[in-house]
Amino acid sequence: MPARGSREGAYLDPQTPLATGAPPPGSFAGNGRGSHLLGGQRAAAISTVSTVVFIGGVVALFVFAPGAAAVRHTFFNPQQMKQAFLGDPSEGLYSVGKGLILNIEMFLIAEVLILFCALLIAVLRQLHNPVLFPFRMLAVVYTDVFRGVPLIIVIYGIGFGAPALYIRGISTQSDFVYGIAALVLSYSAYVAEVYRAGINSVHQSQVAAARSLGLSQWKSLRFVVLPQAVRTVIPPLLNDFISLQKDTALVSTLGAVIEANRAAQIDSSTLFVYSSYTVAALLFLCLTIPLARFTDRLIARDVSRRLAGGGAIR
Amino acid sequence: MSEPGITSDFGGAQAGGTQTGGAPIGDMVHRVAPDLSGQEAVRLEDVHKSFGALEVLRGIDLSVAAHEVICLIGASGSGKSTLLRCVNLLEPVDRGRIILWGQDVTASGVDENAVRRHIGIVFQSFNLFPHMTVLRNITLGPTRVLKVPRDQAEEAGRALLSRFGLSEKQDDYPDRLSGGQQQRVAIIRALAMQPGIMLLDEVTSALDPELVSEVLGIIRELATAGMTMLIATHEMSFARDIADRVFFLDEGVILEQGPPDQVFTAPVNSRTQQFLRRIVDAGRL
Repeated sequence: MPARGSREGAYLDPQTPLATGAPPPGSFAGNGRGSHLLGGQRAAAISTVSTVVFIGGVVALFVFAPGAAAVRHTFFNPQQMKQAFLGDPSEGLYSVGKGLILNIEMFLIAEVLILFCALLIAVLRQLHNPVLFPFRMLAVVYTDVFRGVPLIIVIYGIGFGAPALYIRGISTQSDFVYGIAALVLSYSAYVAEVYRAGINSVHQSQVAAARSLGLSQWKSLRFVVLPQAVRTVIPPLLNDFISLQKDTALVSTLGAVIEANRAAQIDSSTLFVYSSYTVAALLFLCLTIPLARFTDRLIARDVSRRLAGGGAIR
Repeated sequence: MSEPGITSDFGGAQAGGTQTGGAPIGDMVHRVAPDLSGQEAVRLEDVHKSFGALEVLRGIDLSVAAHEVICLIGASGSGKSTLLRCVNLLEPVDRGRIILWGQDVTASGVDENAVRRHIGIVFQSFNLFPHMTVLRNITLGPTRVLKVPRDQAEEAGRALLSRFGLSEKQDDYPDRLSGGQQQRVAIIRALAMQPGIMLLDEVTSALDPELVSEVLGIIRELATAGMTMLIATHEMSFARDIADRVFFLDEGVILEQGPPDQVFTAPVNSRTQQFLRRIVDAGRL
């Protein structure tokens, strides 16, 4: 083997003894940036300076941009932001704040339905009973289709397609219902895959242990696999629900549901400024950020539990 | 072997009735197995099993009498674990028959769940359910499969735990237990189903050396109580001590069998001699 770089002879050549003894004095010297023990203050100082410089740069960009004043006027007009938030019937303004309550309602209803439908689909794909074959196929086709079609097209399809069918009970629902149906159809496909990943993450030996007690495939799934799978997928599920929270805004495209985004749209076309959209954006952030932080905490707890050994989840 | 009617015990509807009865499971500790002397518990006839191109079992014939303790020895990969997994139908056999108490369980129409509830298996890696307490691990089978009322199952589970010195662990989750404790719970979990046969698949191989004896102790107790057992093991001195007969497996066939004294001290087959010499050289016998 030819020598690499400046190294004399081959790495681990047969002549070298395997035990080489102590490294020469000074082998552990650092790079002169101080020891770890003093690093705490140093690191804090460095991160403070870096943060100030970075944020300062971004703010400067907005403040000194040629169109900064115009942007502040259209997007961050406090008077109009307040008007849009509260609504003002005398001026034909809808309340973005009230609209958000509709978003929350849609989110909560859809979330419950999605959790249920997705679990059903994931379980169907897992059971090998031959009687269930057509349902298994249906589940596969369903997830393939609804994961592939953009949510907005599903919303159009249901919102405009269902009324056109003239089926009693289905074609006479409100846009609110169609919107939720579209969200459920689309998100159940994603969430079913999340569940499925969780089910597959449970080790085969758990199934073997359950089956060897005489539990049927369904009972092993129900009592042994699913409880472990669901615990594993809680963080990714919450992630999907963060995007569900904001995707409720897409239901506004059907027109009749005056949720936060639709209210902002109407307000902005009345006031000729975009401040109402800023209000809607801030309100959505108020919803999603707490959920995002909560998800992070769950993940951190999970990691520390794994590090603590055992890795058991309950 | 498979006269009509005889397979009915594994046929679903009435299966399980024979063993569970109405008596609380707690009693079973003292009569681990009813006296079945003279009956044949397990028979394998020409059992073959492949995983893809890999032939793991290449024609296994063996017979286990009730109350007999059989130890399977052999190198890793010789097919010991697969043989045990075939017996409780975790792996379907490719060819051959498995007969439990005179009933062919490889025949079509056999309810595998009904078969498994009569066979306890304990794995090398314990495989306790991590999301359940120790007691719940033990009562899951009895409550969900045998339909024993929860309070009865728990009472029996507690009795088993105290019998094997694990009473104070009943409300702990498995990750709080040592390997030896986990494996003892796994054995108790299998016992709670009142199995007619216990299959032990290298149950001490994953344990720290100082924890091995507490698990072997339980197995000895079971042997004394008359439990029919098929034990795959690397613990040679234990096998020598406990087995009624020892089977030496090599590349999916049984090369040698007989009473432990014969197999360990005067092996006939040269592969067995080689295997045992390596064990002795490693200081394990």
